[in-house]
Amino acid sequence: MAYVPLADQDHEMEMHHPHSFVEKYVWSQDHKVIAIQYGGLAVFTGIVGLVLSLLFRMQLGFPETATFIDPSFYYQAVTMHGMIMVVYLLTALFLGGFGNYMIPLMCGARDMVFPFLNMLSVWVFLLSVIILMASFFVSGGPTGGGWTLYPPQTNLAGTPGHDMGIVLMLISLAVFIVAATMGGLNYVVTVLQYRCRGLTMMRLPLTVWGIFVATLLALFAFPALLVSAIMMLFDILLGTSFFMPAIIETGTPLDHNGGSPILFQHLFWFFGHPEVYIVALPAFGLVSDVLSVHARKNIFGYRMMVWAIIAIGGLSFIVWAHHMYVSGMHPYFGFFFATTTLIIAVPTALKVYNWILTLWEGDIRLNAPMYFAIGFIFTFIHGGITGLFLGNVVIDLPLSDSYFVVAHFHMVMGVSPVLVVFAALYHWYPKITGRMFHEGMAKLHFWCTFLGTYAIYLPMHYLGFLGVPRRYYALGTTDFIPASAQDLNTTITVAALFVGATQLLFFINVIWSLRYGPKADPNPWGAASLEWQTPDTPPIHGNWGDTLPTVYRWAYDYSVPGAKEDFIPQNVPENEVPSSAESSENT
Amino acid sequence: MSLIKSITTKPWERKGVIGGLEPEGAFNSPNEKVALSLFLVVASVVFSLFTVGYFLRMELPDWRPLSEPSQLWLNTGLLIVSSILFQWARNITKSNSDKNLRLIFLGGGIFAILFIAGQLMTWGNLQSAGYFMTSNPANAFYYLLTGLHALHLLGGLWVWSKSSIRLLSGEDALNLKLSVELCTLYWHFLLIVWFILFALLSNT
Repeated sequence: MAYVPLADQDHEMEMHHPHSFVEKYVWSQDHKVIAIQYGGLAVFTGIVGLVLSLLFRMQLGFPETATFIDPSFYYQAVTMHGMIMVVYLLTALFLGGFGNYMIPLMCGARDMVFPFLNMLSVWVFLLSVIILMASFFVSGGPTGGGWTLYPPQTNLAGTPGHDMGIVLMLISLAVFIVAATMGGLNYVVTVLQYRCRGLTMMRLPLTVWGIFVATLLALFAFPALLVSAIMMLFDILLGTSFFMPAIIETGTPLDHNGGSPILFQHLFWFFGHPEVYIVALPAFGLVSDVLSVHARKNIFGYRMMVWAIIAIGGLSFIVWAHHMYVSGMHPYFGFFFATTTLIIAVPTALKVYNWILTLWEGDIRLNAPMYFAIGFIFTFIHGGITGLFLGNVVIDLPLSDSYFVVAHFHMVMGVSPVLVVFAALYHWYPKITGRMFHEGMAKLHFWCTFLGTYAIYLPMHYLGFLGVPRRYYALGTTDFIPASAQDLNTTITVAALFVGATQLLFFINVIWSLRYGPKADPNPWGAASLEWQTPDTPPIHGNWGDTLPTVYRWAYDYSVPGAKEDFIPQNVPENEVPSSAESSENT
Repeated sequence: MSLIKSITTKPWERKGVIGGLEPEGAFNSPNEKVALSLFLVVASVVFSLFTVGYFLRMELPDWRPLSEPSQLWLNTGLLIVSSILFQWARNITKSNSDKNLRLIFLGGGIFAILFIAGQLMTWGNLQSAGYFMTSNPANAFYYLLTGLHALHLLGGLWVWSKSSIRLLSGEDALNLKLSVELCTLYWHFLLIVWFILFALLSNT
């Protein structure tokens, strides 16, 4: 490994230029390669989660058609789907994938502050995924206690995976948290310390702000999951009673005594609710940039957008017990959490208004990334509004255990962030690969995903109103659920299979375009932020050639009156901006 | 620029280079120190959450307070000496000297090892006296909290051992200035955490 000191302003940083295939693509310390490793691994894990969801949807839509889906497998699939999608796909993809790729480029840095730690982070993440996947192959299979892993149920015989499955899940989560902490320290310190000359915090693109605040949330919220995982492992492996109460298991009293399951719930949701925003804030940031670029307008209310990100981040730590209304709590406690939950809707709504106002009178280019970004606004409003219903104690109580909740959180933190993931991947694909994707296929992918997911989740709200309970393997015969509910369930499953299959369009497009796509212009969308101004596309190791960029403006100078182009890159000084007057004189 | 001022500026109004000629970080400290400080906040959250769990679990009727072994006072003394030695080493490097640095820096780590050994002895004594982890949640918390604290200390000792090897192999002490500073910061943090844990365990 050679250490090549940089000749430029960043003299303190030493670059680890790779000399072999292994150094370049396997043990790489380049943030871009690590981002792709993180993203690729997260997507692979996400595909496992997607397939699991299609399997349990088969049981719901066509009961007992697939004979291998017994109740145990059903619960294991539901549990693993939930945990994989929330933690191992979305968190890893937004922070490890987009965070790694975007932060150094958007900050005008050559790499992360600690490249070795960054590399270590992705390999520890791989270890956590291996441990998680190993639970499919151990005796008893993976845990089937639900993604919230509530004790005592998760740890009792009768719950699938109550022996090795839950242990591996908890160890995997602890290892994941180690990886996320290593990565998180890097992202935060890079944003704080490695911005290039002229790039003040308030000149950062909202993508960086979203990832930055989400990383802080991750650093402060994941400890709650770590603490609960450690204490639960003690209960399972060493026989302590932190969470396990006195309980009789299949006729035999267990040795546990006096533990508090509610304590676990508080710890879990103290992590669990910020987790929603760990996923949402990067999505907010990314979609803001995509909307602004393709609307050829500066983001509306930039300062408000930054403040809203910070406010949402702070408030996300004081809303957790709205997930626990049905667990029972003091009415004043419920009132407090209902109030904070409604308050957090204010900065969130502010962001939605600002996205819409960014589009207002914009010179909108309906490119594929813009389709997904606008689609996100729809699904996010939809999921957000149902969140207002559920934030109120009296409305939550009857709806909490129904499909209404499934519909709500899939709209708000399933479909919405995934639409942003696609918007962002299509938007930055030319920069990452140096090739253009197939626009038509991307738009087809959008319509199949957007309409398909509505076909899945819109009817679920009605199932919820009917009182159809979530978590059930089979509905059986009930008086209050009409037979037509099963027809709706069948329809939802068909839609889910359709959406699942049409995701192939994305993978085909990405892989095909990598080889056969036309060569991309370095800045095909005419974007102003720094990552589009690299001397090479895709950016090479070190990102910026001999000289780091200098920033003269914010990241949203679009359609500036008097300027020749409808965008002014951040690294163009005021006296070098071509004016429209000059341009008309020349012609 | 103050935090409030920096996030209330209107970035669309001001063009040109803001700041000095060189790129400026938000903190005028080495990146490693900024990262360690952030990590200490994260570690504080971990210990705080365990403490919250401790208080909540304590309210339940099966809690039987543990009479903490008097040896903890001796162990606390060892950790205080360890922290003082690290501070001494830090002061030496700060004055760009290396007089007795090796001895003092090594001594700091050795006293920390003695602290961990002392903690392990309390575990053994409690076990012999019948205070098993499973017999009561107060016992379980004792083992958990002291173990977690010792684990953090072991992490620090790993870094200390790497720096010690460099120091003993004759590397210029000035090159280790930052390592010594970071070890000192980390040790002080763990001393404060131990004071809080000790107070918590002794008074409940």
